[in-house]
Amino acid sequence: MTGIYLLFILMLAIFVGFELIRKVPATLHTPLMSGANAISGITVIGALSLAGGESHELATWLGAAAVMLATVNVVGGYLVTDRMLAMFKKR
Amino acid sequence: MSDFSILINATYVVCALLFIFGLKLLSHPSTARKGNLLSGLAMLIAVVVTLLDKQIISFEFILGAIMLGSAVGVYAAKKVEMTSMPELVSLFNGVGGLASLAVAYAAIVNDAFASVFVLIVSFIALLIGAVTFSGSVVAWAKLSERIVGRPIVFKGQAIANVVLILAIAASGYLLVTEPAMTTWHYVAIGLALLMGVMLVLPIGGADMPVVISLLNSYSGLAACAAGFALENNLLIVAGALVGASGIILTNIMCKAMNRSLVNVLTSGFQKVHTSEMKIEGEIKPLSPDDAFYVLEAAQSVLVIPGYGMAVAQAQHTMKELQALLENNGAEVAYAIHPVAGRMPGHMNVLLAEADVSYEQLFEMDEINPRIEGFDVAIVIGANDVVNPAAREMVGSPIYGMPVINADLAKNVFVLKRGMATGFAGVDNPLFFKPNCRMIFGDAKETLNSLVRQFAD
Repeated sequence: MTGIYLLFILMLAIFVGFELIRKVPATLHTPLMSGANAISGITVIGALSLAGGESHELATWLGAAAVMLATVNVVGGYLVTDRMLAMFKKR
Repeated sequence: MSDFSILINATYVVCALLFIFGLKLLSHPSTARKGNLLSGLAMLIAVVVTLLDKQIISFEFILGAIMLGSAVGVYAAKKVEMTSMPELVSLFNGVGGLASLAVAYAAIVNDAFASVFVLIVSFIALLIGAVTFSGSVVAWAKLSERIVGRPIVFKGQAIANVVLILAIAASGYLLVTEPAMTTWHYVAIGLALLMGVMLVLPIGGADMPVVISLLNSYSGLAACAAGFALENNLLIVAGALVGASGIILTNIMCKAMNRSLVNVLTSGFQKVHTSEMKIEGEIKPLSPDDAFYVLEAAQSVLVIPGYGMAVAQAQHTMKELQALLENNGAEVAYAIHPVAGRMPGHMNVLLAEADVSYEQLFEMDEINPRIEGFDVAIVIGANDVVNPAAREMVGSPIYGMPVINADLAKNVFVLKRGMATGFAGVDNPLFFKPNCRMIFGDAKETLNSLVRQFAD
């Protein structure tokens, strides 16, 4: 049953995603991609409980590695996106 | 559910909402920066609230990992040159894939009594994560010219791919039925990594915008699949948003090249077209001195940049020329083809860096209906995206591809090093049109000499 409920969420999120992203102008497509990189770093919250919990030793190490990698995505992604967006100026 | 668990999940709902609003604000350059900030805030809240989880008992590992990751992220974001954005995004895609791989693998080894459902979704997350990682590394190596950019194919590649897919399916079955056997873990990860390499190797340099978009989508889908494995709603929502974004961009890139995704992914396997078309006319070179007189008299100038402009680092000189032209009373606009540059929107970022206002950047569909009104079109380092063969030569490999109709402007100047063909390897009849003049040489040098003449 949990699987079905999660699929519901997935389906709705994909539709929202399509509607939102369709409206992003071509001029912002590179920041959109780097911003999406940052959002995909959301894996960090899944990795946190694995790295800090009472897990199997291998799982703890894998979790810590995932926290590190996902943080690179989050921090690097948002910063570089901000750097790009700051360059887009009106006349 | 414990109190903490309810609090955490309720906060995730708020975070999902903030991600959605952040993306909504990305629909205009004037609000986009605020949108990115909102999205970043959502991420921060999500991380902080997750740390309240009672299951988390030790923080040393987490703290160390976050500090190390942040340092790498800050360094990469501050150091990267705008011309290298495609490489950075590729690497970030790969890092995201690897993170999802690690999470999925941890989920498998952590729970000895995991249900079949959890094992299946964990395997999918493992698979997508590994493909994203190794595929992105190959894409990065191609973009940064560490390996050759052209398609790499070998005999029997198609058969090898089919065998590989079957082997992956088999390893998945074994992993789900016997999750305690670590051998199957290694086999599954190894095969999935190989799959990513095989996916990107046969794709050529010109198709890189498609590959980056596709891998971007995969990195989101990997996070999404990991969300299923951990039963985490926010992972699913955020992953799906990224996945959708990548798919839309992939689709836009494919349309802009008039090709299907399957065609792009298998392009290395197809025979190269040779067209017997004869192009009539002759090439007429022009010196920058003579070009100056035409530009001085022009009322409206359209600039059509391609990746060659970025290679020559000519965007800043172009901006100087733009200011001089505008002082001279001319209107200056830029026309940007969706696949100009090495990733979607790359050219816009490079021009924004050179201080060109986004209000002067126009998409192909906006500029084409009024292109006849421009006195001069300056093509800088672009080739295939202005090739009229796409419109008029049935049988040309790029026939049907939407292009910027530069040849319809009153005069066309093409800034080009020599007569080499573009990525598509097709002759360009634009160069032979009566209203077209070629200005040979380094684009930056040419623009510099034009700037000097205006200053005199």
